[in-house]
Amino acid sequence: MTQEQQHPSNRQHDEDQHIPDPLPEGTPSPGSASAQTADLDSLLDEIDDVLEVNAEEFVQGFVQKGGQ
Amino acid sequence: MTHVSLIPTALANKFPADRPTVGYGVHRVVGLETEFGIHAPTHPQASHSVMSLELINAYGHKLASEGTNVASTEWDYNEESPLSDARGWQMPRSIAHPSQLTDQALVNDADQDIQMLVNLILPNGARFYVDHAHPEYSSPETTNPIDAVIWDQAGDRVAQQAADHIADANGSAEMILYKNNTDSKSVSYGAHENYLVARDLDFDELSDHLIGFFTTRQIITGAGRVGIGSRNQRSGFQISQRADFFEEEVGLETTIRRPIINTRDEPHATSETYRRLHVIIGDANLSQYSTWLRVGMTSLVLSLIELGELPLVELAEPVEALQDISHDPSLQTQILVNGRGWMTPIEIQRIYQQAAQDYLNRYSIDDKQTVDVVNAWAEVLDLLEHDPVKLADRLDWIAKYQLLNGMRQRHALDWSNAKLAMLDLQWADLREGKGLYYTLVSRGAMRTIVTKDQIAHAISMPPTTTRAWTRGRVIDRFGAHLAGVSWESVLVRPFRQGPLQRFHLLEPLAATANDINGLLAAGKPQLSLDDTPANRTELAQLLKQLQPYRVTRRN
Repeated sequence: MTQEQQHPSNRQHDEDQHIPDPLPEGTPSPGSASAQTADLDSLLDEIDDVLEVNAEEFVQGFVQKGGQ
Repeated sequence: MTHVSLIPTALANKFPADRPTVGYGVHRVVGLETEFGIHAPTHPQASHSVMSLELINAYGHKLASEGTNVASTEWDYNEESPLSDARGWQMPRSIAHPSQLTDQALVNDADQDIQMLVNLILPNGARFYVDHAHPEYSSPETTNPIDAVIWDQAGDRVAQQAADHIADANGSAEMILYKNNTDSKSVSYGAHENYLVARDLDFDELSDHLIGFFTTRQIITGAGRVGIGSRNQRSGFQISQRADFFEEEVGLETTIRRPIINTRDEPHATSETYRRLHVIIGDANLSQYSTWLRVGMTSLVLSLIELGELPLVELAEPVEALQDISHDPSLQTQILVNGRGWMTPIEIQRIYQQAAQDYLNRYSIDDKQTVDVVNAWAEVLDLLEHDPVKLADRLDWIAKYQLLNGMRQRHALDWSNAKLAMLDLQWADLREGKGLYYTLVSRGAMRTIVTKDQIAHAISMPPTTTRAWTRGRVIDRFGAHLAGVSWESVLVRPFRQGPLQRFHLLEPLAATANDINGLLAAGKPQLSLDDTPANRTELAQLLKQLQPYRVTRRN
């Protein structure tokens, strides 16, 4: 599909000034409580703790062989 | 054998007489397969085939050492094969000696070659085996999406228990298993779904109707992926693990030039009644909710196609659409649909959801499992459109995307940063203390729809509603007297003497817990090889129970 086909000019979405990003850069969605943000912060703390520290080497080393 | 059906008679009578159906609502014979990624970080040269073999054998060893029977016969039931306990389980030396994690032949402590077993059939009716260079779990046949989730997640625990068993051996190398679908270095491995559909349904009609559905369902069922292109040619995030590995609309291949619709037809069941639809396009889901909807929505769509009542949504360029949709997590991508114009994937999915809703109304179908799926499908589409972040507690790709965006913001990371790829990979780590999906579940940040107890039960017990009941329970109770087991056959040789008795369980809805009496009930002790009157009586009862499935002539 060409780029032109992907963005037809006759669609109403093109007229929308605001196209919502489902999760814009981790900001809370409108109306969500600050508790939710605190939850995410606390969750990210835990992810920081549990995530493999040698990310680059680890990811590079994860090589699989053929599959279905 | 009389034909059995999942469909209540009163409902079947309302269906068009000229449309063959083998399911209704979300009720259909389904089994899920998972090919796991396997990785030994400290042994980058280790052969994936050997590691997979060791994993399978370690699980056999674990069960045997706990006194649980497991069938390890060759899969081809036409060949009589030795039993697991006849050959004996050995922990391969390479597990205790990590330096031997190589491609070389495996030997035991006496330097004798170890004959590794590539196939296990488990007491829960599943198959756990080596497929190519991956360990694979194929769930037993289930008949609804909730059971499909339970026995799928039991497979995740089986695989991790096998890895734990290896880890428990002194000095062993750590093997990590991943329930994902790519290494992002050109290789993909599958999470296939198998649905039985009516044989008399025209395959072209089936496939024409499925393409639009399979191309768009990823917005609900995708597992999320860091990187664009089969080798991460571009940085970024996409909805699906698998989308970049598909090149065709319809075809037989599963390892190269993968098609959206796979034509493999090997029903492992009465071929006059059933076709097995082998779905290779799905992502492996950790989220129970995603798996539940994946199976539920697909089962519903199949029920409508069988009746000729699913609207045709014909995409102009399905393969391109598959990738365009996956590459746009804002879900705004416009897809050209023949005769309907440009539509978003949400709009296309709404056609299917609405058709399912209309079908429930038309036939007054109101069973809870079906209604729950149709309602959740509608709710998820509404949230995807208006407030997708709310789905971070349900859908794999959105939960993952939220974590990734949080990490990006917190550490000012570019999409090409290895930390994000690590997060993507570790999402699917099956170790409960390491896997990020499990981290979310333990914090209550991810909804579950089945309990840990249900999953634990399903590790050792088969579903009650299909022939898997007989397969699994016969292995558990009568394993010593079996000569072979496969999806559709059980071979019995009482006391390992005399002629082999063959039974073909070609109807997946027969030989269920209802069909077989208390002989196979849970908690009954294993039958030893001791030639006692009591054992003779029990075996005679088993053979009598299996008599309807007896094969008298070798085929």
